[in-house]
Amino acid sequence: MSRQPYIRPISKTTWYMRNGRYKVYMRREMTCLLVAVYSVLLIVGLAALAEGSAESWDAFLASQQNPFMIGFHALALIYFLIYQTFAWFELAPKAMPLQFGERKLPDSYIVIAHYIAWAVLSIFIFWLAGVF
Amino acid sequence: MAVAKKAIVWGLFAAGGTLSSFVFPALILLFLLVATGNTPFGLEFDRINAFAASLLGKACLFVVISLSLWHAAHRLRVVFHDFGVRKDAIVAMAVYLLAGIGTLVAAFYLYQIH
Repeated sequence: MSRQPYIRPISKTTWYMRNGRYKVYMRREMTCLLVAVYSVLLIVGLAALAEGSAESWDAFLASQQNPFMIGFHALALIYFLIYQTFAWFELAPKAMPLQFGERKLPDSYIVIAHYIAWAVLSIFIFWLAGVF
Repeated sequence: MAVAKKAIVWGLFAAGGTLSSFVFPALILLFLLVATGNTPFGLEFDRINAFAASLLGKACLFVVISLSLWHAAHRLRVVFHDFGVRKDAIVAMAVYLLAGIGTLVAAFYLYQIH
């Protein structure tokens, strides 16, 4: 005399749409596609360098110079900042809280330290690339 | 054993996430500058080639690429799970294998640059 258990139907592809927190979680997880895309782009750039001629490198740079890639890089930058960089910094004190004896370092200190380190490193990369 | 393996997998994921969070916005902005035709002079062939040919440059590029690939692979594995794919062993092997191949290819090209 056993009844069929009721299994609430949940969509496998849209379950996170019902809850704001789940949506943010999914947007954060999707940054992995951008990380993969830019890692591959870097490897493609290395391949162009490995050919050893300025022509192949210039061809790689030229491959980026079209309206689609301009739009892609611009949107990717905004999405990546919000859902990877800033999200990662906000979570850092939760993943790695710092404690000195009885005293716990305030979360905001850790987050601010991340932003400062990020700014310094970004300026260094821009300097290295000759932006200024 | 299971715990130790998990620690390595997650440790590399966290390292890659931290590194990509710090480095990628600047890199994407550089790509955007290139795309809009404002290539900074440090990305001209002679300069970028000298950077990628130096030992320090090679090390930086290798660490950034390999850890980022691992980070992306691990997160993609979780994304597959979130979309209802329950064959985790196969998914894990596929994504980590791709990250491994990418790492080897990057190392090969870096070795060739001089």
